[in-house]
Amino acid sequence: MKSIEIKKLSLNFGEVVVLKDLNLTIEKGEFLVLLGASGCGKSTLLNCIAGLLDVTDGQIFINGKNVTWDEPAHRGIGMVFQSYALYPQMTVKGNLSFGLKNAGLAKEEIEKRVKHASEILQIESLLERKPAALSGGQRQRVAIGRALVRDVEVFLFDEPLSNLDAKLRTELRVEIKRLHQKLNNTMIYVTHDQIEAMTLADRIAVMRDGLILQLDDPKTIYNAPANKYVAGFIGSPGINFLKGTISHNDKPIFKLEGGWCESPDLSNYKFQESIKAEKQVWLGLRPESVMVGDEAENMPVNFSLEVEVFEPMGADTLVWSKIGGQEIRFMVDGNTSVNVGDTLTVGFDPAHASIFDFGNEERL
Amino acid sequence: MANSSLLNLDGPRGPKPRKIISRRNIILYGTLLVVAIYYLIPLYVMIVTSLKGMPEIRLGNIFSPPVEVTFEPWVKAWSQACTGLNCDGLSRGFWNSVKITIPSVFVSIAIASINGYALANWRFKGANLFFTILIFGAFIPYQIMIYPLVILLRDLGLYTKLPGLILIHTIFGMPILTLLFRNYFTTIPEELFKAARVDGAGFWGIYFRVMMPMSLPIFAVAIVLQVTGIWNDFLFGVIYTKPDTYPMTVQLNNIVNSVQGVKEYNVNMAATLLTGLVPLTIYFISGKLFVRGIAAGAVKG
Repeated sequence: MKSIEIKKLSLNFGEVVVLKDLNLTIEKGEFLVLLGASGCGKSTLLNCIAGLLDVTDGQIFINGKNVTWDEPAHRGIGMVFQSYALYPQMTVKGNLSFGLKNAGLAKEEIEKRVKHASEILQIESLLERKPAALSGGQRQRVAIGRALVRDVEVFLFDEPLSNLDAKLRTELRVEIKRLHQKLNNTMIYVTHDQIEAMTLADRIAVMRDGLILQLDDPKTIYNAPANKYVAGFIGSPGINFLKGTISHNDKPIFKLEGGWCESPDLSNYKFQESIKAEKQVWLGLRPESVMVGDEAENMPVNFSLEVEVFEPMGADTLVWSKIGGQEIRFMVDGNTSVNVGDTLTVGFDPAHASIFDFGNEERL
Repeated sequence: MANSSLLNLDGPRGPKPRKIISRRNIILYGTLLVVAIYYLIPLYVMIVTSLKGMPEIRLGNIFSPPVEVTFEPWVKAWSQACTGLNCDGLSRGFWNSVKITIPSVFVSIAIASINGYALANWRFKGANLFFTILIFGAFIPYQIMIYPLVILLRDLGLYTKLPGLILIHTIFGMPILTLLFRNYFTTIPEELFKAARVDGAGFWGIYFRVMMPMSLPIFAVAIVLQVTGIWNDFLFGVIYTKPDTYPMTVQLNNIVNSVQGVKEYNVNMAATLLTGLVPLTIYFISGKLFVRGIAAGAVKG
């Protein structure tokens, strides 16, 4: 069943077009992440769904009901903000019950819901405190509680973890995931953090300039990005892009710009349509799909490189090198000793690479 | 070797010692002291003179403390000094001023805060134009509007009456107060306003339950500005009222500037101090809040 449907949504701020002709359908119980760099329109889209911004054109349906003109409070949504947005002069209990009082609920019902939500989020002991007396993580928990007590179908998260320090962020991330598994609500989650997106999402919508570039499950987004931007945005350390040309005789051959000792055969890469003429392309290669040493020998493509810089990161060591004048990064095991100037044998399987058109940067 | 050099703590260590009597301190505190005395001498003269009897004043030593302290001038200034035909002192003007100030302050702040809230949070159509006009109003000299307002009040039947003066003060307080509140409300995070909307609070609900409780410092600033401004006002008081309804400042002027009889300097000084007492008290009570509110409005305005 469909939980949210967005049809032909457009939004302009004066002359500036923020969202254009956007269509999006979200299933019931789905966890959708809107991912993109700042200014891509992801928060704006969320605000439109919440009803905090008037749309220029298009329709929004929540649970089959057209809510395009409805007030935020009547849309059946709960929202969690980046800055928590707790009412500073009210206690935690006051914060949780504010919306319910506005809705005119009976006292016992309010008590019941506040109790229920605070049990789920483990904030029972904090109910009489003011927000100023809470830590960042506790505040965000209360903010989630405020959405929870409303007993709504759809949760909207606007970068809820961005104000927390790294350790708390990973903790709360898991908690949000648990919460979703427990409640099974529809959740829309805006973030610029690709790790949050990958870990939480059922589906990720990568946005840029008010458009959704790719809407897919995290694995597909990671392994088969639809274009160069998505490939570059997802993954840390970032994907390598090697500029070159593909020529086709009986099989597709990649020719690196700046030269390569041997021209690799790309015949086990799944092209969306076969290449006929010679074409300028980007070869996208994730650092972790570049193999080193013995494993490299077994790869369809292998070659040797000289270490320029290495960054030990504990479990792995990230090695920077150059091939044909172009930069390439790859991982070696953290226990291997690497020195500047060493020559390493590396290899990869074209099946795990991504190839993008040089002009429109779309996946081939 | 390394250990011994670690344990050796000779030489500079901890905070640098500073001499209390140094050239820097003498210049700094000396200057401050001179400036403070320069400012406080007139006040000292006023207080001292107001506590002297007339014979003592005639001796001409204005800086000498009173030989014989008397509160006679204060009593006279409050309840017996004559202005024109009325000889009931400043007390009448005081109560007139109270009757003018309290409603003016209350009404002007109530309206201006709602204006500021609407302008900051509910960006309605034409909000910017409205705001521009209001700010423009703050720069028009009062003198231009005096006569039209006389006619307006006369037609409303409020000329020379206290409600008329209250109306005038409310109108003239509007631009600056609206600006003050608007700037303060824009510093309150927008997400808080959004959260309240998701929670189903309306225009008034958000104003009374979310915005107002968060804005006490700026309300204190507005109260101080308005009380001192309206209490000290002379121009509107003298134009839009008549002797029976004169505010305290106008009455003070009439006492001090009366030309008949002996100049009673002690009574004049006491009357002046009495008039200045209200704004001074407000200042001392709300001093801390005032500074906080001004700073809050200024940093992110």
